[in-house]
Amino acid sequence: MNQRVVITGLGIYSTIGLNVDEVKDSLYQGKSGIIFDQERIDFGYQSGLAGQVPTPKLKGKIDRRMRVGMAEQGAYAFMATEEAMQMAKIDADYLEKNEVGILYGNDSSSKAVVESIDALRAKKDTTRIGSGFIFQSMNSTISMNLSVIYKLRGINTTISGACASSSHAIGMAYLLIKQGLQEAVVCGGAQELNLFAMGSFDGLGAFSMRNDDPTKASRPFDRDRDGLVPSGGGATLIVETLESAQKRGATILAEIKGYGFSSDGSHISQPNVDGPGRSINMALKQSSLNAADIDYVNAHATSTPVGDANEAQALFKTFGGNIPVSSTKSMTGHEMWMGGASEAIYSILMMQNDFMAPNINFENPDEHSAKLNIIQQTKEASFKRVLSNSFGFGGTNSSLIIEKFTK
Amino acid sequence: MEKNVIVSKVNEFLIDEFEIEEEDLLPEATWKEMGIDSLDFVDIVVVVETVFGLVIKGEDMVGVKTLDQFYDFIHLRLNS
Repeated sequence: MNQRVVITGLGIYSTIGLNVDEVKDSLYQGKSGIIFDQERIDFGYQSGLAGQVPTPKLKGKIDRRMRVGMAEQGAYAFMATEEAMQMAKIDADYLEKNEVGILYGNDSSSKAVVESIDALRAKKDTTRIGSGFIFQSMNSTISMNLSVIYKLRGINTTISGACASSSHAIGMAYLLIKQGLQEAVVCGGAQELNLFAMGSFDGLGAFSMRNDDPTKASRPFDRDRDGLVPSGGGATLIVETLESAQKRGATILAEIKGYGFSSDGSHISQPNVDGPGRSINMALKQSSLNAADIDYVNAHATSTPVGDANEAQALFKTFGGNIPVSSTKSMTGHEMWMGGASEAIYSILMMQNDFMAPNINFENPDEHSAKLNIIQQTKEASFKRVLSNSFGFGGTNSSLIIEKFTK
Repeated sequence: MEKNVIVSKVNEFLIDEFEIEEEDLLPEATWKEMGIDSLDFVDIVVVVETVFGLVIKGEDMVGVKTLDQFYDFIHLRLNS
């Protein structure tokens, strides 16, 4: 069994737009979604920089029982999934008659954990803290909630792989579908934005300190980058077999051609060059493509000094210096568990609309990024294939190759 | 607290927090008829504490089967 795997639905709830159309425009315009949040400083953060999205209003959309168990990032995931389901023309009747699965990337649910323990400490009685915290505080909160809301009957699990979580979720969905084990999978990733989620990360000195200039703070590959900006939201893709998509009469947006993965096997927080390189090359091998067949790289680059330098070296080693490269994190900040899925969506939107989004704030290269063709301005270009990288703590690496769909 | 005040406060949170239609709040209505399940009951314990300052346990309410019995249960606890 070797099924072709296509994407028929996209949904996004991000700092640069609350739906696909808004996000497409922001990507084209090179618009930053980063703000300064005094509350973070007051809470003890060094950096007050963050992405921000409005709290979705779910009353009237989801019944109370499900809302009670939805964590913040679950609400973002729901909003994204609603859009993706509509785009893919998947309705309740289809879900009832077919085994559609869910593989969602998520690697924390800090607010629910903190608030439930605070409530328990205050009341010293587990029966007086309500029914929702347990369903909100598990890592699988999103897949467990969405699978019930949509009555999904296929694979149902969460992928936790740090900042590569949702890229791996798409990759795993690709493998299951390719092998004929699933016809369709809802996949994606979501990231909480509350104060509790990233405090200890801020303490490592990993976040940008350009508190006085938020939209310039995330500057992947730039010589003067000083750290990442935490961000979040939700991103969902509907992935299915070509046969299933054609049978349903769905609009096919793109095809997944390859998934590569690797583990650095070295440092807990500092990525190396070899691990990402092996992930990229595995994706190329899996898709039977050469480096020259890739038209654009959506880099993982988060705006950290070491991470960006090592990715730049890995990209140069495989692709040389001509291929256009940008990191959309320059606009969105680092969407962490959501990043792999959101960046797959950003890349597909670029392919659909014939442009490559800029790596904003790339003003001066360092010795490694100087060797790459990093796009500073929006580039009008019709192109066919993208490689999207996502790397995470512990040295987990994921690379996806996605192609504009052709029969 | 007078029973009519208790009825009003209970009905208010059942409508607002638990999204039960006002016309379904009949004195003889059972929990099941109002769509309240065992998980919702855990939340009712929290709301009763917030609204009335009463700390109750699920087992205290074993005999409370209808809405009217619930009003009476709270009335009794508040006035005992």
